[in-house]
Amino acid sequence: MNVIKTIDELNAIKAKYADVVGTRIEGKGNGVRDVLVCGGTGCTSSGSMKIIDVLKEEIKKNGLEDKVNVIKTGCFGLCALGPIMIVYPEGTFYSKTEPEHIPEIVEQHLKNGQPVKKYLYAETVSGDEIKSLNETAFYANQHRVALRNCGVISPEHVEEYIARDGYQALYKCLTQLTPDDVIETILNSGLRGRGGAGFPTGKKWMLARNLVKDADQKFVCCNADEGDPGAFMDRSVLEGDPHTVIEAMAIAGYAIGANQGYIYVRAEYPIAVERLKIAISQAEEIGMLGDDIFGTGFSFRLGLRLGAGAFVCGEETALMTSIEGNRGEPRPRPPFPAVKGLFGKPTVLNNVETYANVCQIILNGADWFASMGTEKSKGTKVFALGGKIHNTGLVEVPMGTTLRTVIEDIGGGIPNGKKFKAAQTGGPSGGCIPAQHLDIPIDYDNLISIGSMMGSGGLIVMDEDNCMVDIAKFFLDFTVDESCGKCTPCRIGTKRMYEMLEKITKGNATMEDLDKLEKLCYYIKDNALCGLGQTAPNPVLSTMRYFRDEYEAHIKEKRCPAGVCKSLLNFTIDKDKCVGCGLCARNCPASAITRTDYVAPGKKLAAMAIDSQKCVKCGACMDNCKFNAISKG
Amino acid sequence: MAFKKSAVPFSGTPEQEEQLRKVIAQHKDDPGALMPILQGAQEIYGYLPIEVQQMIADAMEIPLEKVYGVVTFYAQFSINPKGKYKISVCLGTACYVKGSGDIYTKLQEKLGISGGEITSDGKFSLDACRCIGACGLAPVMTINEEVYGRLTPDDIDTILAKYN
Repeated sequence: MNVIKTIDELNAIKAKYADVVGTRIEGKGNGVRDVLVCGGTGCTSSGSMKIIDVLKEEIKKNGLEDKVNVIKTGCFGLCALGPIMIVYPEGTFYSKTEPEHIPEIVEQHLKNGQPVKKYLYAETVSGDEIKSLNETAFYANQHRVALRNCGVISPEHVEEYIARDGYQALYKCLTQLTPDDVIETILNSGLRGRGGAGFPTGKKWMLARNLVKDADQKFVCCNADEGDPGAFMDRSVLEGDPHTVIEAMAIAGYAIGANQGYIYVRAEYPIAVERLKIAISQAEEIGMLGDDIFGTGFSFRLGLRLGAGAFVCGEETALMTSIEGNRGEPRPRPPFPAVKGLFGKPTVLNNVETYANVCQIILNGADWFASMGTEKSKGTKVFALGGKIHNTGLVEVPMGTTLRTVIEDIGGGIPNGKKFKAAQTGGPSGGCIPAQHLDIPIDYDNLISIGSMMGSGGLIVMDEDNCMVDIAKFFLDFTVDESCGKCTPCRIGTKRMYEMLEKITKGNATMEDLDKLEKLCYYIKDNALCGLGQTAPNPVLSTMRYFRDEYEAHIKEKRCPAGVCKSLLNFTIDKDKCVGCGLCARNCPASAITRTDYVAPGKKLAAMAIDSQKCVKCGACMDNCKFNAISKG
Repeated sequence: MAFKKSAVPFSGTPEQEEQLRKVIAQHKDDPGALMPILQGAQEIYGYLPIEVQQMIADAMEIPLEKVYGVVTFYAQFSINPKGKYKISVCLGTACYVKGSGDIYTKLQEKLGISGGEITSDGKFSLDACRCIGACGLAPVMTINEEVYGRLTPDDIDTILAKYN
């Protein structure tokens, strides 16, 4: 492609590809079918690349090369049903696609126009009617701004991004708005940092623009070091729509007066890294990165830096220290990055999802964005829904939506008829939200008031089988592992917290330990150097607040109500249900099961019994019992 | 400062060293070059033994201490070699609540090693990782590039058998 210098050239590409993308968005038929296969990490892991290979082969066999395009997209969001395949213009939704399904789908649907109902997502089929993807409960309740292009365009073709108004916002900023106008627009939109802390983005930009007047160099950084385990919002944006981040970073560069940017991305995201590399080189090729963009004299370059597996590098000062090539340890603030950031220069650092909103705000106006959400939290938020939920995946909802809507309507509720216990937001820095708060509208301030936080958007659902003390211990194990070791409260304090939790889950703790644990939590909160340490006690504090009874059961009754903590488990055989087959004894690694002399009425053999002294609590007996005669508690 | 060498003797080839020199030359003048160089070096050697760290320190004219400090800070850098088959169990939250802890325990039992170790025949190494992002398939593990999802502890034997 040639370098784009004028809006006419940009619009010419937009017009040329409008039809291509329009087929997918408006269901306009132009005689060609588009088959979109998800190439996000979730679906790739369940084999979507193989699907693409087989599809291409079968299309060739049927001579449909001119009639069908196969497009590898980013994440559609409904990861639980992967690999996902959508056929446009109809928008029919094939789920859990297997390579063996493809020949039939190509022959019947792509050739003869008859969707193969048995392979479609069950919710979209009722009798003769087939619903499109957008009519399903999962999608109908969502509102996509940051994810607007994910699963719609091919992330490896900049033309498709341009067809979706790509680089129009950058053009508008460079030719019609002053840097102060840009900042004012972002400020008025009410956009707050989507990394979790919720600092107003416009204010951040304003500080970076104004605080140091005579800086010879400024930087724009993107935090794509998505460390919260179980969260994958940013990854999906990068995999599905990398150009939107690049464009927004260039806009931020224009606003604060920076000509160099860095994207710091987790190395654990190979697909996102690859797409970013492709996108950056395409943007350079068409002149959207580089010198004299749109002939305005504005220059902006982007570098990609890979993380190396350190959670603390999601903290802004640690991230910049890492880009500089050092151990990623945080440093005290002030000075804030807006004054002294990367390589000692004024720097703006935003999260991927924050950037993903910027271009839309510039194009549609601050008022449009501010019309969504609650009083103090505007726009939408992307959540990575996971854990004990039907529709694991990525959802984007307006701020102010209730957790109940997200979990029950969009997420499809909890599988296996189990009861909801808690939703965890904010990852290792957040907390657990119990059932009584399910109807609180989600926004930054509400979540803090109930002892959790927005965080980057991980939302893990837990059911009655999850032990809340164990979950708190899980997060502390994470924090101990990831503490950089620079400050004492975090390095030593989190380890002590972990030990106390271990004592509780082993049944060795007293109520006095619980008080000590609580005190230590507040001490660490007040004294740790960075956000990681200051928020590390949150999982403990929030579970103690809402599930104190579980802590007390572990301590006073030496009992784990959810049956998770192994040391407190007791496996017992119901002697009246036991048929005496002996399968449990044969599978017991500790030879803890022997035959008794009790024969239950109606049974032929004597019942088995477990010697709790010898039992290692592995659960093998229970897994192998075909008569449900063994229980734990 | 540990000069302890890895249990497995270093066996770098001149070709690998040549590749490393190229990587260093390519990044040397970039700001913050150490991380990309270490990432490149690990790709070449599979791990970062002290000998490789020394080569990097010399070529970049920085103290070995600095290189070692960075290498040991980040989970992704390994100073020990990895197995022919690298097993990685996701212990991210979504996988953990769906039982990946049991998968991890079972693998340790089966392989007779703890997390971060390698079997004596050099065949398998076992690590825990934090979220590979395939939460829809939880609990998951990867063996080299292959992803195994929706696991139960009972699946482990069958899966390991494939690599024997």
